[in-house]
Amino acid sequence: MTSTTQDRSLLSRLFGARETGLVLIILTLFVIMSFASPHFLTWTNMRAMTMAFSVEAIVVVGMTILLISGGIDLSVGSVTALAMVIAGLLFLNGVDPWIASLIAIAACAGIGAIMGFFVTYVGLHHFIVTLAAMVIARGLCLLGTGGRPLGLFELPESFKWIGIGSIGVIPVAIVIFVVVVVVFDFLLRRTTAFRLVYYTGSNEKAAAYSGIRTKRVIFLTTVLCSTLCGVAGIIYMARFGSAQPTFGVGMELNVIAAAVIGGASLSGGKGTIFGAILGAILLSLVSSSLALLNVSVYWQDIIRGSILLAAVTFDHYLVKRQAAGGRA
Amino acid sequence: MTEKRPPLLQLTDIAKSFGAVHALRSGQLELQAGEIHALAGENGAGKSTLMNIIDGILQPDSGTIRIDGQPVQIDGPATAQRLGIGFVHQEIALCADISVAENIFMAQTARSRSRLMGGPDLIARAAEVLAPLADIDPRIPAGRLSISQQQLVEIAKALTLDCRILILDEPTAALTDHEAQKLFSIMRELVARGIGIIYISHRMAEIFQNCDRVTVMRDGQHIRTDRTADITPADVVNAMVGRQLDALYPPKLAGPRGPEIFSATGLTDKRYRDVSFSVHKGEILGFAGLIGAGRSEIARGVTRLEGNARGQVRLHGAELTLRDYADCIAQGIVYLSEDRKGDGVFLDMAIAANIAALDLSRVAGKGGVIDTARETAQAQRIGESLRLKAASMAHRVSSLSGGNQQKVALAKLLAVEPKVIFLDEPTRGVDVGAKAEIHSILRGLAESGVGVVVISSEMPELIGLCDRVLVVSEGRITGELAGPTLTETNIMTLAAPGAIAGAMALSGTMQ
Repeated sequence: MTSTTQDRSLLSRLFGARETGLVLIILTLFVIMSFASPHFLTWTNMRAMTMAFSVEAIVVVGMTILLISGGIDLSVGSVTALAMVIAGLLFLNGVDPWIASLIAIAACAGIGAIMGFFVTYVGLHHFIVTLAAMVIARGLCLLGTGGRPLGLFELPESFKWIGIGSIGVIPVAIVIFVVVVVVFDFLLRRTTAFRLVYYTGSNEKAAAYSGIRTKRVIFLTTVLCSTLCGVAGIIYMARFGSAQPTFGVGMELNVIAAAVIGGASLSGGKGTIFGAILGAILLSLVSSSLALLNVSVYWQDIIRGSILLAAVTFDHYLVKRQAAGGRA
Repeated sequence: MTEKRPPLLQLTDIAKSFGAVHALRSGQLELQAGEIHALAGENGAGKSTLMNIIDGILQPDSGTIRIDGQPVQIDGPATAQRLGIGFVHQEIALCADISVAENIFMAQTARSRSRLMGGPDLIARAAEVLAPLADIDPRIPAGRLSISQQQLVEIAKALTLDCRILILDEPTAALTDHEAQKLFSIMRELVARGIGIIYISHRMAEIFQNCDRVTVMRDGQHIRTDRTADITPADVVNAMVGRQLDALYPPKLAGPRGPEIFSATGLTDKRYRDVSFSVHKGEILGFAGLIGAGRSEIARGVTRLEGNARGQVRLHGAELTLRDYADCIAQGIVYLSEDRKGDGVFLDMAIAANIAALDLSRVAGKGGVIDTARETAQAQRIGESLRLKAASMAHRVSSLSGGNQQKVALAKLLAVEPKVIFLDEPTRGVDVGAKAEIHSILRGLAESGVGVVVISSEMPELIGLCDRVLVVSEGRITGELAGPTLTETNIMTLAAPGAIAGAMALSGTMQ
């Protein structure tokens, strides 16, 4: 192997065709928007835009790992809201906000464990189980709050810092997002534990026939996704200074769309964290661009849906071409 | 063959390219009414492309197709059906949730404009078609049938189409010998009625026992067509691979076998009772029996892949407690699945990742971080020893031929340096050249001290490869054959349902 081919394989490992394409599209949009709107390339807008997607991106990480294992989670929005509500209620009852947050995240992990139990040991489909959990978690949110947001005006500044503070000029939320993404991207690409997720999602039976305890893998990815929703919920709470029982309605669609645009497949076995985050960035960029251009908010959904369809269609043809060409 | 009537089907100079790949250069085939015409060739020789052209699935770039001497254009499977062409594909394509009867009459239902899906009438007609083939209840959903039964339903489906030309693509790959024999007798009835059958197979015995003529293809070209009475299986194999193959099977164990490596005693579960066997150093042990007799279930029971078998398992004399397959792998006991694509390999993952799947710690450094260089090196090392043909270990397994995919499935197991290896149909769907390679790999493993157990539905494979064969019938071991007693007749006698009595009778002659 010559050094050039090694370089190329290294480059393509870090930057697959999908990721390269997305980066190009994002850069193009960026350049176009810089000319189209004077408000686009400003520090305020950049900061607002990154803040907007940075927390949801943590959920995207969880969803992507779950999609790779062959699962899906429709409850992410409700579970994120539930984390807020649990932590908020505990705080209002005198619990230290950090301890309240840990309890809330643990509760989310518990919900993930219950869903994981129904999926792996009872043998129900992820879609149905998480659909039920989505409704139940939302019900719990409304039940706990009487349907009204909980104002958490007494939250100490030290806690709010994780939502609105900065380290130097960089918002803490973005630092957390970058750390989560880099850590999970590395784990997923390089560690044996997360390689098992790919094996399981690629072909569950072949994984079982390779001695992989597939039920455990699926159970744990389900728990991980809900846990990351809990983390996201706590950051949102710190940012808003309140717990909103109706937060995150429709979040699951956005998150799944980001992962799929980034290369994940609903049939499992495919996807990268990096790609999914690029998908999230693209969707967020499109939203804020349209807002800056004063395009009706109704158009935004239509355009986002079209992007999703275009990405999946592109994938489909890519797979077909690879199949015809006889190599991947 | 000199006949006044034009041939039923005649293909001349058929060419077909996919991009830069010439799948067919000069495909030729001549099928007479009333003959069974074998089509042989390695995977990739162009057989499937040629058949897909006859069935209208693909359009040729050039060349002519004549039926009864008249040039025809076959622009789709519907046209092919109208011209009386029936095609039983190798891949089973039944709808799992609907009944066998509805599956059989699916094509007619699609064509008919008037009738509703019939009830009792449909079932009765399905039962009629199925009766000579197998004992299958036409009312149950197709998904509940075994692979071999599903294959028979596919054949029944084609038989209802009133075809004049019937193409069977490796129909016996999933069938037991008994079922295959039934199929051959039906084929003979069909040709007696003037139907022409194109029969694709890798199995020389089947071709020479049942077919009138054989056409060999290689690299998209017609190589030769002969009456099977005029040539030998060796001629066909040599024409297929384009070189002389010394022997189909590696030499057997010479001299006495070594000490016992592995033994199972009194294994019992739902599908088998009181099964005991042992594997010794240097030998290849075979498991024969009809599909459904419990051979695969025993192997999967020993390796804890399914069921909850009771009984003792010993490795090098020490008794093992195995909870699941992960435990088995840790002990060096591995299983190669009969269903390569279904559960043997990860088709859309890299070859290297496939080979590392059983034990990632072999390619990982501290903290469970995978070392990609070591992963690739491992794949290259094992791939080389199996003569795996792949441009790069980073390519997906789906890009490989059947034989090379099977080598990846085998490499996965060899990566953990197993002590005992159970192989379920190790050469199913693999072409002749790769088959001989896999056989010699298995012999090499046995010689190097690995316990090798082969489960096969192919009698010549069992007889040619194994030193000792255990026959399973209805979940029990009915006999052990070795040396001169290892013959097809003896296997059949012991494998037949109710063979316990047969075994008694046979044991007299086997001393």
